[in-house]
Amino acid sequence: MHRYFPHTPADITEMLSRCGVASLDDLYADVDPALRLSQPYDLPQGMDETSVKRFFDRLASKNVETDVCFAGGGFYDHGCPAAVRSIAARSEFLTAYTPYQPEISQGTLQYIFEYQTMMARLTGMEISNASIYDGATATAEAVMMAVASQRKRNLVLVSETLSPAVRAVVDTYARYHGIEIMTIPAEDGVTSRQALTDLLGQRGKEVAGVLVASPNYYGIIEDHTGLSDLCHNHKALLIINCIAADLATLATPGQLGADIACGDAQSLGIPLSYGGPYLGFLCTTKALMRKMPGRIVGATTDTEGQRCFVLTLQAREQHIRREKATSNICSNQGLMTLWVSVYMSLVGAEGLRRINDASRMTALYLLKQMTADGRARLRYPDKPFLNEFLLETDYNVGPFISAALREGILAGIKIDDHTILMAATEMQTREDVDRLAAIAKTCV
Amino acid sequence: MNRKVYRKLIFELSREGRHGHDIPRSGITPDDLGGVSVAPLPGDMMRADTLRLPEVDEPTAVRHYTNMSTNNFGVDTGFYPLGSCTMKYNPKINEEMAAHRCFAGVHPATPVSAAQGALQLYWTLQSALCKIGGMEEFTLNPFAGAQGELTGLMVIRAYHASRGEGDKRRKVIVPDSAHGTNPASAAVCGLEVVEVKSRPDGTVDVNDLAPLLDDTVAAMMMTNPNTLGIFEKDIPRIARMVHDVGALMYYDGANLNPLLGVARPGDMGFDVMHINLHKTFSTPHGGGGPGSGPVGVRKGLEKFLPNPRVIRHLETHQGFPVKEEKRYGIVYDPAALGSVSATLGNFAVQARALAYILTLGSDGLMEAGKLATLNATYIKESLKDCYLLPIDGLSKHEFVFDGLRDKSTGVTTLDVAKRLLDHGYHAPTIYFPLLFHESLMIEPTETESRETLDEFIDVMRDIAREAFEDPETVKTAPHLTPVRRPDDTQAALTPILTYDQLITTN
Repeated sequence: MHRYFPHTPADITEMLSRCGVASLDDLYADVDPALRLSQPYDLPQGMDETSVKRFFDRLASKNVETDVCFAGGGFYDHGCPAAVRSIAARSEFLTAYTPYQPEISQGTLQYIFEYQTMMARLTGMEISNASIYDGATATAEAVMMAVASQRKRNLVLVSETLSPAVRAVVDTYARYHGIEIMTIPAEDGVTSRQALTDLLGQRGKEVAGVLVASPNYYGIIEDHTGLSDLCHNHKALLIINCIAADLATLATPGQLGADIACGDAQSLGIPLSYGGPYLGFLCTTKALMRKMPGRIVGATTDTEGQRCFVLTLQAREQHIRREKATSNICSNQGLMTLWVSVYMSLVGAEGLRRINDASRMTALYLLKQMTADGRARLRYPDKPFLNEFLLETDYNVGPFISAALREGILAGIKIDDHTILMAATEMQTREDVDRLAAIAKTCV
Repeated sequence: MNRKVYRKLIFELSREGRHGHDIPRSGITPDDLGGVSVAPLPGDMMRADTLRLPEVDEPTAVRHYTNMSTNNFGVDTGFYPLGSCTMKYNPKINEEMAAHRCFAGVHPATPVSAAQGALQLYWTLQSALCKIGGMEEFTLNPFAGAQGELTGLMVIRAYHASRGEGDKRRKVIVPDSAHGTNPASAAVCGLEVVEVKSRPDGTVDVNDLAPLLDDTVAAMMMTNPNTLGIFEKDIPRIARMVHDVGALMYYDGANLNPLLGVARPGDMGFDVMHINLHKTFSTPHGGGGPGSGPVGVRKGLEKFLPNPRVIRHLETHQGFPVKEEKRYGIVYDPAALGSVSATLGNFAVQARALAYILTLGSDGLMEAGKLATLNATYIKESLKDCYLLPIDGLSKHEFVFDGLRDKSTGVTTLDVAKRLLDHGYHAPTIYFPLLFHESLMIEPTETESRETLDEFIDVMRDIAREAFEDPETVKTAPHLTPVRRPDDTQAALTPILTYDQLITTN
C-alpha cells in the first residue's frame, strides 16, 4: 500500500469480511465490466519525496530566473513578511473545510471577519464579502450583481481603460449570462466623461451599472469625481475596479460614491506564483447587502451568550436557492483572506502608505532613467500615476525585454512593438533601475 | 484544538505606534528625482480619510493568529467524515513544492520563453488528468469546482452555437439529487434547469428522463457515483439517449475519487467534465479556498476551452528541431468560449496536485478509489443497525443515512452532528441530499486507518444509544467545543459584518 494509505493486507481482509464481500473488486460489482479500466493508468510509478523534489527542481530550472520585476498590469512584486507564510501554513487553517460547523471553526470565521473589516475600511465601503476567486471574477460578479439588483435593466457600460484580461472575463460572463456590455471609449488614456454622458443620455433607462477602473490599465489615476452623481441620476450603479494596496493612498471607491468596489488584492503581499492563487475582493453598501454574491461572515452569540461568528445571509446562496441564487460561487479564497489579513495587520496603514510612497519614488526614478537619453517617453505625460506608467520607445520593446531577461530582469509588459507598461514597487533598488536603463541604452 | 475559545480580534490588540514590518531601502532619494517631470497627484484624487488598520508588532500578531488557529478543526486535527467533500490527507510535500522559490516569484506576464518550466508543469498536470478522466484536453484555468461547472457549461454552449443551435438549446437536465451548485451554475450560464427524478434506489429514472429529451436540451449534468454514493448503472444508456437528441453529457467531478483506478468518465460517454483538485487530488481546502476546478473535454471540443490555453509544440517542426525555450506556448483561440480567468488559474494549487499525482503514481492511484469505497462501506455496514439506511445495496465512497433508526426521542440529524463535535470529529454533511428529511452523509476517504474508523463507529453507536437514554444531552450538544451553538437567526436578522458595526451595535 502507498504510504498515504494506512491499511495492512490483514485490515483489508477483515474489513471486507464485515462488508460481506470477498474482494475489493466485488465492491464494484455493479459497474459494467465494459466500463472498467482494462489496464493501469499510463502514468509513471509513484515517486519518493526526493524524486518529486528533483522533478520540480528540473521544471524550475527550465524557467529563466528573474529576481527583479518591473511588470505589473494588475499584479505586483510586493514584499511579504515571513510571518505571513508561516501563519498561513498552520495546518489548523490550511486543512480546514469551509466553516459550516461554527463551533469548531471559529479560527476561520474570525479571520474572515477581520478580513471583511479591513477590506471595508480599505475601500471605504460599508461591507465586504468573504472574497471571490480573483480580481477578474470579482469584477464579473460585480457586473452580474448590478444587473440582478436593478429591475429591467440589462446593460452595463464598461470603460475601455479596464485591464483587457479583466475585460475578457467580464465579457465572457456577460455573454453567457445574457448581459449587454457597451464600451465607454477612452480619451487621452482615461474614460471619456463626454462619451459616458452621451451613452447614458441615449440608453440611460437600460443601464444597470457603469464599470470604471482607477488606477486604470495604463497605471493612470482617473479622476472619477462627480461620476457617481452622473450614474445615480440615471439610476445606474457605479462599480469601481481598483488595486487594493493603492487605496491606502488614493481616493477610495467609498469616497467616490461607488456602489460596488471590486478588484484584486494580490498587491497585499500575495506571491506572484505565475497567476495564482490571488484574491478577489467585492465590497458594497448596506443597501445592496442581500444582492452580494459569495460567502459572508457575521457576528452573533452562542447559547451561552458569548460572542462568536458564523456564515450568514446564506439565503442568497446556491445550496439553499439553487438556480435562484445570487451566484454559483460556493467557496471563497479562504486561506488568501488569512494571508492578506495577517499582511495588513503587520504592515498597517502607515506601512501601506510608505510602501506606496517607496513604490512611487522608484517608479519616478525608473521613468527618469528610462527617458534620460530621449529615446523613450511617457505615453500620457499629463496624467497622474502612482507606480505604473506606459512608456513609448524608439527602440523595439521585444528585444529589450529579451535582453533584460538575460540579466534576470522582467522589464515590463509589452503592449506593442514600441509601447511597454512598467511598474515599480518597494522591492526594486536604484541599482536594479540603473541596470535596466543600461540595457535599454543598448537597444535599437 | 481549544476547549475554550480564543476570543480576541486583531483590532482589540492594536496600540498606536506599533508596527510589524520594515520596508526595504531602495537607495533612491528625493534628490535623485531631479529633472523628472510628471503630472502631480491632485488632492481630490487622494484618500480623504485616515485609513485605520491594526497597529501591532510581529510577536503580538504571530501569537494572535496562532491562538486563533487553535479554535479550528482541520484534517490534520482529526477525522472529517464530510460527505461529498473528500477531506483526504493533504500531503506536506505538496506544500513544499507549491512554495518552490523558482515558481513563487514568476509574474503571470513573464514571456513564455522564460516560463517554460511553469508551462511544462501546467501541461504535465493537464495530460495526467486526461489519462485519469479519459478526456482529450484539460484547461486548468477555473479557480474552483463551481467555476469549473460554469466553464464546462460554457464549452457546451459554445459547441452548440458553433453548430447554429446556440439559441435553441437552452435547457440543462439536472437530477433532483444534484448539488445546488449544478442548477446555480446553469442559471449563471444563461440556461434553464429541468429536474429529472430519482428512482427509489437513488439512481436517475430513465423513464422520467426520456420525455424531457428533445432538441432544446443543451446538456445533462450528472455526477457518478451520484450524491448518494450509488453508481449510475444505466449511464451508457443515458449517455446514448442524451447524445441521440444532440445534447452533451456533463460530468460533475465532485465524486471522482471512488473511480480512481476503476473507471473513467470519458469511457462512460461524458463529453465534458470538471475535477476538484481540492477533493480528488489532495490539495488543502484552506477553510474555503483556494481550490481549483480543471475542465476536460473529449476530442473535438478542445477549441472551445477558455483562453489562455497552454499548448505543446512538437519536438520538430518541418524537419527542424524546436528550441527548448519554445516547446510550450500560450494561445488565444478565437473559437474559444472566452476567458474565465485573467491568468492560467491557481498555479500553486496545480503544483500541489501534480506533486500528489507524481507521489501516488499509477500504482497508488489504482489503489485509492477502492480503498475509499472500502472505508465508506465498512462504516455503513457497521452502523446500519442504529441509523436508518434508506437505500441498502452497493455504494461507493460515501453513503447517506436518513437519521437515527429510532427517532422516538426527537433527536435529529443536526443533534447527532453536533454531538460528534464533542467527541473530536468533524460532523458529516447534513440535510443533503434533499431526497430525505434527515440526511446524514458520510465520506471517510482512503487515508483513514481502520482504528480511526472503528473509534468513529463506536462513537456513532454511543450517540445512538445516548439519543434514546439521555436525549437532552444530544439535543443541547455540543458541550465541549470552544463555542456552543451560535444564534444563526440573530446573525441573519441583524447582520454585523465588520468590527466597526460590532462596536457600534454593542
